[in-house]
Amino acid sequence: MKYKDYYAVMGVERNASPEQIKSAYRKLARKYHPDVSKEPNAEERFKEIGEAYETLKDPQKRAAYDRLGSHRPGEEFRPPPGWETQFGEGQFHFGDGQFSFEDLDLSDLFSGIMGGRRGAGGKIRMPGQDYEVTAHISLEEAYRGTEVDLDLQVPEHDERGFTHRVQRNFKARIPKGATDGQRLRLAGKGGKGLNGGRDGDLYLNIALRPHRLFRVSGHDLFLDLPLAPWEAVLGTTVEVPTLGGSVKLKVPAGTRAGQQLRLAGRGLPKPHSGEGDLFAIVQIAVPSAAGERERALYKELAGISTFNPRGHFGEEVVK
Amino acid sequence: MRIEQESWLHERYELSLAQLCEMSGLSETELRGLVDCGAIAPADPGADEWSFSADRLLVARSAHRLRKDFDLDFQGLALAVTLLERVRDLEDQLRDLRARLPGGLR
Repeated sequence: MKYKDYYAVMGVERNASPEQIKSAYRKLARKYHPDVSKEPNAEERFKEIGEAYETLKDPQKRAAYDRLGSHRPGEEFRPPPGWETQFGEGQFHFGDGQFSFEDLDLSDLFSGIMGGRRGAGGKIRMPGQDYEVTAHISLEEAYRGTEVDLDLQVPEHDERGFTHRVQRNFKARIPKGATDGQRLRLAGKGGKGLNGGRDGDLYLNIALRPHRLFRVSGHDLFLDLPLAPWEAVLGTTVEVPTLGGSVKLKVPAGTRAGQQLRLAGRGLPKPHSGEGDLFAIVQIAVPSAAGERERALYKELAGISTFNPRGHFGEEVVK
Repeated sequence: MRIEQESWLHERYELSLAQLCEMSGLSETELRGLVDCGAIAPADPGADEWSFSADRLLVARSAHRLRKDFDLDFQGLALAVTLLERVRDLEDQLRDLRARLPGGLR
């Protein structure tokens, strides 16, 4: 079993009072709670903090934890002799072949032994734990639908009610219709319920990886469409990429920078029916270096054109 | 383990009050309280039996976690849930505006 320094996790001294521990928890929970935090490692940190607080807030569990001694975080250790008879309520026998600490997590030791094993010997229905995990997929995968491989460390209960962390691999199908931030619920694929309790669910939080060309909002896609000045003025037909292959887009004469040209139904498919749209956002691209002949033509154009792009400034510019 | 059954938490799916309680961990009293405070809205508040669009499950699960982890009283919970929903709406609007900005301006 690997040692975890719950006091260090909470940022308090080993002799901290219950009030100090509670105050530290509240401060850290506000910072790392996954529902409110934007910290990149919030979920993981909050689990550590919650686990430490569960043990340190309970005087009996804290006493049992303190009796384990102080070790380096991550160091392999075994509880000192007599620990299990003092704190284990005779529920297991250390070293007699009936029970091993080796595959136990420290938190499981406290939740299982000190808090009463989950459902062991009782008739209380316990629902299985819900699992929540983020699946990072590409835009192309969201468009076609895909399957993801997930490795999760999940708590499972043995026949005696003790909790063990086990590695589980899930293959989950993500149907067409995914977009950033959307959730998929896989009913009954979380932790096993006890004594007839329902099995937990698995929640997949879809996160789209950034794409080289397309930006996403809901099921709509946005693409920058650079046009040469003469293409914007005269109009043209250009080929634009979409997730379903390239299509031809008619650019009307007199198209302005920033204008959005809509390609209906060329966005991401929606979960039930229909598709989002693709918007091509016009940018007027100017060559960084113009040749002699081009410069002459631009000069000629400047001489004959009556177009004033700043006409709406009016007289305010000279005040 | 191969998973075949999945459903999007999407406004087109609906959950009954009992289902929403079971899936979120909220008690019926807590859920009704959140509805009374306007933090979670049923699909049709005037209906005899409430149903909720499936995306409300995310809000209800979040409410359950916040209540448990922060030991919040009910008014505090309703306020937190309402503000978090507002933050999510603003984040959606921000994402939409960013997507509409040409590459060089984001």
